[in-house]
Amino acid sequence: MTTLLDIRGLTKKYGPITAVDDVSFSVDQGEVLGFIGPNGSGKSTTMKIVTGFLTPTSGTVEVGGLDVTRHPLEIKRRIGYLPEGAPLYGDMTPISLLNFVCKVRRLSKEETKRGIEYAVEKLHIANVLYQPIETLSKGYKRRVGLAQAIVHEPELLILDEPTDGLDPNQKHEVRELLKEMSGKKAVIISTHILEEVEAVCSRAIVIAKGKMVADADPLSLQSRSRLHNAVGIRLPAAQAQACIEMLNGLGGVHQVRTTVETASMVELMALSTDNSEILASVHTAIDEKGIQVNEIYVERGRLEDVFRDLTYAVEGLQQDPDANPEASNA
Amino acid sequence: MLNIWIVARRELSAYFTSPLAYVFIVIFLALAGGLTFFFGQWLERGQADLQVFFIYHPYLYLFLIPAVGMRLWAEERKSGTIEFLLTLPVTTGQIVVGKFLAAWVFAGIALALTFPMWITVNMLGQPDNGVILAAYIGSWLMAGGFLALSACVSAMTKNQVIAFVLASALCFVFMMSGVEIIQSFFRAWTPQTFVESVSELSFLTNFNEVSQGVIDVRDLVFFFSVIGIALFVNTAIVEAKKGV
Ligand SMILES: Nc1ncnc2c1ncn2[C@@H]1O[C@H](COP(=O)(O)OP(=O)(O)O)[C@@H](O)[C@H]1O
Ligand SMILES: [Mg+2]
Repeated sequence: MTTLLDIRGLTKKYGPITAVDDVSFSVDQGEVLGFIGPNGSGKSTTMKIVTGFLTPTSGTVEVGGLDVTRHPLEIKRRIGYLPEGAPLYGDMTPISLLNFVCKVRRLSKEETKRGIEYAVEKLHIANVLYQPIETLSKGYKRRVGLAQAIVHEPELLILDEPTDGLDPNQKHEVRELLKEMSGKKAVIISTHILEEVEAVCSRAIVIAKGKMVADADPLSLQSRSRLHNAVGIRLPAAQAQACIEMLNGLGGVHQVRTTVETASMVELMALSTDNSEILASVHTAIDEKGIQVNEIYVERGRLEDVFRDLTYAVEGLQQDPDANPEASNA
Repeated sequence: MLNIWIVARRELSAYFTSPLAYVFIVIFLALAGGLTFFFGQWLERGQADLQVFFIYHPYLYLFLIPAVGMRLWAEERKSGTIEFLLTLPVTTGQIVVGKFLAAWVFAGIALALTFPMWITVNMLGQPDNGVILAAYIGSWLMAGGFLALSACVSAMTKNQVIAFVLASALCFVFMMSGVEIIQSFFRAWTPQTFVESVSELSFLTNFNEVSQGVIDVRDLVFFFSVIGIALFVNTAIVEAKKGV
């Protein structure tokens, strides 16, 4: 694997504010890195430094082995960047904007034609190419922003909150695109939307208050959830009481929560001690007690929980057990 | 060089896709023409020259040029496009020069559209066309000086109105530095040589010389130095302010 981006000890201060605090990581070809963190955690600042817009206070950033502060132009040539909010010239049409970008990036006529065709096709913007950008819907504007970032087929694609402010359908479309686009590139996507990480990323870095607090693939992050290996049970309301009693008495069960409760149906969640696997013993106990259930499943874990656990401490917020949306009745 | 040209071309075409350009040109032509006819009593003077036409240019430029220059950077910073622009493989200096050139060419187009005045004066009599050409060049150079100052101010703020007001004020100081009020202000507390060098910095003094038909190397050096220094400062301001 070729390392495309290498960040060492990156720190950025805005006066007294330390926006990025000693961040180090590298990204290889083919990786789609989700850069997640609460608002104000330093995601955009990091991206602005990598793209050469801002200079770091200390630390180094290398793209394809070249130092960003020493070879800014060469690096900008290799990167495709969608800044936060996708700012574009409203009075230009998408086609004139794409042509401008190709010219600045010194693509040949052939490359320009190919690049624009590729981007237009990938982002489905053929029907708005000749309309001023300011008259386009938010979804189309974002796509033009993405098109602009990929026309030159960059090695490193950096997207700052590419789906922020889009409606659910548009979000879905952009995510599909991101999956298609990755391929041989390295992609970094910042977001505070966790489904996005699950949907498109091969790796996630969690950042809080400028500090890196986790670097793992989404699955292993999920497994850090308190709900990892919990067992969910859906059953008729009449059976619920018996089942709760049974679970509370079962070894290895740490807590039982009622997650859904209607007149006819109840959903329970049995959290295991130390996230150990309890499906088998729960299953056996249900059979033994003759409890009638409609569905049993194992929870992989929720990124949200992990995210909250990881970032709350750093942000100095109190973990409030009652803040959990699921009612507890252990 | 190519980068400067690419940036300048995009900027220039942006002028003509917005109504701003046309509004500006119409107002410039109307004011330039109106002042010449009504205040300058051009036809009544019975002289075949364009002196009364050019004499008003510094005052027109005092607010029209900041109107062109105010958006150059303020708009870019306000809308966030500056981040898009500065992360393309172009240097800040190239963008500064490209933007300036586009605006200067635009001002030149507006100025060139006053050609009916020149045709008229040639129909009415036999003017010294060399003098007229010199005055046109001088006027354009002065517009360039004002523009560079305005661009510089525009880079300091996100607010176009503030950029406009500050740029007008700055242009006013540069224009009037040869005039008695400003001179006496400096004379009160600075040595004579400084007062003289301030007066040397006056756009009005330099422009008046050129518009008489004498293009002195010193006037050229003056305007190009003002432009060069202003653009240099402009680049530094953009660099310093881009994260803010
Ligand atoms: N230009 C700036 N001047 C001062 N502080 C800033 C500036 N930009 C960002 N910050 C601060 O730096 C921190 C990180 O911001 P940012 O990188 O935008 O976070 P994120 O993209 O993760 O929301 C925040 O506390 C923010 O207020
Ligand atoms: Mg951000």
